[in-house]
Amino acid sequence: MIDRAELWLVIVVLGLGSFGLRFAFLGLVGDRPMPPWLLRHLRYTAVAVLPALVAPLIVWPKATGGDPDPLRLAAAALTLAVGYTSKNVILAMLAGATVMVAGAYWSF
Amino acid sequence: MAGNGAKSSYWRGVRDGMPFILVLIPFATLFGVAATEAGLNIVETLAFSVVVVAGAAQFTALQLMTEQAPTLVVLASALAVNMRMAMYSASITPHLGGLPLWKRAATAYCLVDQSYASAVLDYEQRPDQTPDQKFAYFFGVCTPIIPLWSVFTLIGALVGEAIPPELGLDFALPIAFVAMIAPALRTRAHVAAAFAAVVGALAFAWLPWNLGLIVGGLAGMAAGAEIERRMGA
Repeated sequence: MIDRAELWLVIVVLGLGSFGLRFAFLGLVGDRPMPPWLLRHLRYTAVAVLPALVAPLIVWPKATGGDPDPLRLAAAALTLAVGYTSKNVILAMLAGATVMVAGAYWSF
Repeated sequence: MAGNGAKSSYWRGVRDGMPFILVLIPFATLFGVAATEAGLNIVETLAFSVVVVAGAAQFTALQLMTEQAPTLVVLASALAVNMRMAMYSASITPHLGGLPLWKRAATAYCLVDQSYASAVLDYEQRPDQTPDQKFAYFFGVCTPIIPLWSVFTLIGALVGEAIPPELGLDFALPIAFVAMIAPALRTRAHVAAAFAAVVGALAFAWLPWNLGLIVGGLAGMAAGAEIERRMGA
């Protein structure tokens, strides 16, 4: 059972902390110019951090207790392939979801 | 004139934000379900989403609290997951940094993966927008998604365990993120960044407190920036 006081502490501190992270540069740097090398790195934030976030979730999914799962690997691979070739987020998502749903029925 | 420009930017944002509803509904609902299963009541579950507005961090915190991890570890891990938000913040500062403080604060509250990803792409494709048009676009993307995050968290908390686990809802987040990343891999530098990030995150997954994510992210950014520099782009 999660302790009530701890829960609210986590909610409030995590909320403030998350806002702080999001506000850090926008609020403090404002419209002062930033060095080109920093901007060059920042251009790759999205295509670096999001893959780093999902790669372990795909390779070692919690739902299977951390074991690689062919169904989830296939769903991720197809999503990547469709997204890369079609440049269409929705189409890519549907491709991955279709694999997951098909897998669910397969196992019944 | 500027008003019209902002208006069309706003509606383009709304249109670009709409598809994310499909991602957000299962993800937010799943958080509601997971939080209820962990013993949170409806007020606590909803407060979590309204105050934190960060799915992956919320799941991380919830998971660790369920495992009775020390509060400091819970906070450090969840904030590490959100460290990317500081990078997002830095990344859009050249576009929105000139706005009044309240607009920057509002942007910060709504700065999530989807709104950030849409905004940077739009700002790259339409570099001659004014800061107000850029803010209007950002706010447009947020209009259909930010409120729904809380609404569907609530619905998830209400429907509870009615959703069959066989559907693999846990995989909604990875699928959604892969679908978002894939179309953004436009150049060799982007591909190199994503590849290095994946390798780094997997190789350092053993690090405590989700630090593997930070290592992978930094490795990816360095790889992308280096390739761009060498190609002289």
